[in-house]
Amino acid sequence: VHPPCFVQPRTAEPLEYHRSFLKENCRSDGRELSEFRATTLNIGSISTADGSALVKVGNTTVICGIKAELTNTTVETPGKGYIVPNVDLPPLCSSRFRPGPPGEQAQAASQFIADVIESSEVIQTEDLCIERGKLCWVLYCDIMCLDYDGNVLDACIIALLAALKNTKLPEVIINTETSTPEVNLEKKQSLHIHKHPVGASFCVFDDSILIVDPTSEEESLSTAQLTVVTDEEGQLCSLHKPGGTSLPGEKLQECISRATTRQREIQKLVDKVINSVKTAQ
Amino acid sequence: MMEVCGSSNVTLREFGCEQSLLSRPDGSASFIQGDTSVMAGVYGPAEVKVSKEIYDRATLEVLIQPKVGLPSVRERSQEQCVRETCEASLLLSLHPRSSLTLILQVLHDDGSLLSCFLNAACMALMDAGLPMSCLFCGVTCAIDADGQIITDPTAAQEKQSRALMTFAIDSTEHRVMMSSTKGSFSVYELQQCIAVSQKASEKIFQFYRDSVRRRYSKTL
Repeated sequence: VHPPCFVQPRTAEPLEYHRSFLKENCRSDGRELSEFRATTLNIGSISTADGSALVKVGNTTVICGIKAELTNTTVETPGKGYIVPNVDLPPLCSSRFRPGPPGEQAQAASQFIADVIESSEVIQTEDLCIERGKLCWVLYCDIMCLDYDGNVLDACIIALLAALKNTKLPEVIINTETSTPEVNLEKKQSLHIHKHPVGASFCVFDDSILIVDPTSEEESLSTAQLTVVTDEEGQLCSLHKPGGTSLPGEKLQECISRATTRQREIQKLVDKVINSVKTAQ
Repeated sequence: MMEVCGSSNVTLREFGCEQSLLSRPDGSASFIQGDTSVMAGVYGPAEVKVSKEIYDRATLEVLIQPKVGLPSVRERSQEQCVRETCEASLLLSLHPRSSLTLILQVLHDDGSLLSCFLNAACMALMDAGLPMSCLFCGVTCAIDADGQIITDPTAAQEKQSRALMTFAIDSTEHRVMMSSTKGSFSVYELQQCIAVSQKASEKIFQFYRDSVRRRYSKTL
């Protein structure tokens, strides 16, 4: 007969609690080790933005809005526009974030998203140039987490990709007489998306057990985290492992092949949602 | 206490390292890879702020100071990489409720900066005499336009490269502890770069060993 238990094992011994599931090759929420949570996508959620998307991966909710502005080109890159991503983890999304200037995690996530944009060449910044040395577009990609339940990087990449696919830029003609730009809001064109980068995040438990798409509880108990970003050609855009326990080569290989299948799944989802919006119009 | 490591098949630039060169920190080191140079200082175990206290292990804080200007978002992300690598190798549970601070000052950046941070950090932690489960080192690989792998690239080589990867390798099993990449590359190229980095890491660990041995031996 068990003594009466007043404390939930999950709160008293969270690590032991999770281990007992992992021993049986499953997880506390009923998933298998290599199973992602249900991913849902909604695009065009913000009507005032030039492009937007809302992504849910399980409970994790991330919204991305894209704002396009006209600006002067920089001296170093006269033939290119630029993209400014920003990831915000407000106190609303989890108790671990405090109000005030962005913390280390938010800053590291912003840098990671900027690196993914640059490495994958999802958009060629030459496309954003309107007149060489004079005028170009700058895309502000604001990504905000509404609900933090782990794996925010994957959700951010999906939200960004879907929002970029949803973005329409108006035509700009430079008046030759006055040399001022004239924006034709009647004629809008979609951005040309060159690559479809999609991320897959993993957590390492007890230095050896690999699980995908960790929840925030699993993230905090894990010994290492890892994010693999691949594109549709199977090229790797990023292998981001900010530290933690070391991983043997076979395990890395496992992560990469899981990331490739995830890329196909998500690209299919994004295309499906984009098409459904097109047919509805 | 300065020394230099030559190069054979895996070409690395010349290394230099000096430990205990500052008097105030509990451990300090400067690490030089070619023209890239980083100075590291470690303070601790010391008293910790209540808000940062962790009940079962020490709190590690890593601060990266660029050569000019204030630390930006890029430095934050590098700090995260260095901190989590150090956390994995340090036995932090031996110093619960205390703080460790690692400061990395860039003296000159000529490429492979993140790997230089990691090497300087490891030497400084060693100098501070902190208990560690293993050592670690940083190796940067660049893949140039022809698909050639260049280890320990200079800033000019980094700029021309198609992809750039930095790994932290541990000394016990030579596995990848940290990975940070830029540019796109195939799985095969990744595997090659990891293999080259593991080979290069053996040289770096030998250099660590030589420089520490020289420091503590009475005859040399």
